[in-house]
Amino acid sequence: MAEDRDTGKAAAKGKVGKTCLVCVKDCCDGKGVVTFKEGVWRVNPVAVQVLGICSALAVTNRLENSLVMGAALVFVTVGSNLFVSLLRNVTPRRIRMIAEVAIIATFVIVFDQVLKAYYWEMSKQLGPYVGLIITNCIVMGRAEAFALSNRPVVAMVDGLANGLGYAAVLAVIGFFRELLGTGGLFGVQVLSESWYTPNQLAILAPGAFIGLGFLIAVFNWLSGANKEEGSTP
Amino acid sequence: MTEISPLLILVAAIFTNNILLANFLGMCSFLAVSKQIDTALGLGAAVIFVMTATTAINYGVYHLVLVPLGMTILQYIVFIAVIAAFVQFVEMFVERFSLKLYHALGIFLPLITVNCAILGVSLFMIIRSYTFWQSVAFGFGGGVGWTLAIVLIAGLRQKMGYSNVPGPFRGVAIAMVITGVMAMAFMGFAGMVNIQ
Repeated sequence: MAEDRDTGKAAAKGKVGKTCLVCVKDCCDGKGVVTFKEGVWRVNPVAVQVLGICSALAVTNRLENSLVMGAALVFVTVGSNLFVSLLRNVTPRRIRMIAEVAIIATFVIVFDQVLKAYYWEMSKQLGPYVGLIITNCIVMGRAEAFALSNRPVVAMVDGLANGLGYAAVLAVIGFFRELLGTGGLFGVQVLSESWYTPNQLAILAPGAFIGLGFLIAVFNWLSGANKEEGSTP
Repeated sequence: MTEISPLLILVAAIFTNNILLANFLGMCSFLAVSKQIDTALGLGAAVIFVMTATTAINYGVYHLVLVPLGMTILQYIVFIAVIAAFVQFVEMFVERFSLKLYHALGIFLPLITVNCAILGVSLFMIIRSYTFWQSVAFGFGGGVGWTLAIVLIAGLRQKMGYSNVPGPFRGVAIAMVITGVMAMAFMGFAGMVNIQ
């Protein structure tokens, strides 16, 4: 009984990364290099695979926060993919999850400390969400599904592409939420208050959910997905 | 932060500062399991239990081990290790002593390790410098609030199976919009109590 379960689990792990809980298409199987165009567009981690959306929703109330968070994720995915790949031949299969988490956490701690030292205001604004990159499905998913079975340079490119895809989506959501919510960008008033009344809802929680919902719908619409039937979750 | 009573924190964590609808934590597993009310309840029960317990353990580890040793920068890695170890332990324990509970809860336990809400609650606890009882109340309330949100939305998504959703919105997109509307409804509780 217990053995059955374990082999089932192992098979599932072999096919898709353990953390790809909501992986919908064949995007997580790690075959081939995810090129830049693919990472940013076709298999975009946030908008198409719907991974790592906790932080995509939480920090996008201002464009500046979104950009810093995107940079953080690029740094962590590139770094962790590189080191997971470098160590892939000496990592015992059984403890690879722990090894991956340790590597990812190291990079997150480095970024967090740098942010605290040089950019204290931003660090306070992002709060726990920098630390939560550790449980971000994108980082873990790429380490597990791609870096573990590919050469370091290729793994780095893959990490960069996925990180940039995430950063791009965050920047777009952050842009619209700050623009609609405050009428400004980077804290500078862009839309004149004489004709635009800032819609507070956009920078509050509901605006984040609805904004991301519409962004995913636009992605679906442009890529022609979901045309035939709505089988995705 | 010492003046707020744990009871207030409990209420606030469920309604005004709902961990899913106001802090966006636990979205990953939320989208995966919020299609059936039964599954949502099962995972919710597991989350409440693990969240309350790991918050208490992490409080102890942070204030009794990490702070005296001056190693607070290791909090992320230590918290994750505590959560993973705890979930593993509970899984073995439940499997040994109650097979029935194991079958009801078992499949959800591994999902919880990667649920960012669990780690998030521990991190919020440190950032807001809660006392021990405040932390436990926050952990428990956070779990209850998460369960409440996920069960409500699972109910809506079950009903939505019968409606004709425009093509591009099918699946995740409409779920996000519904969650947004739910978050708006929960904003009605704002002003009751507030913790930050």
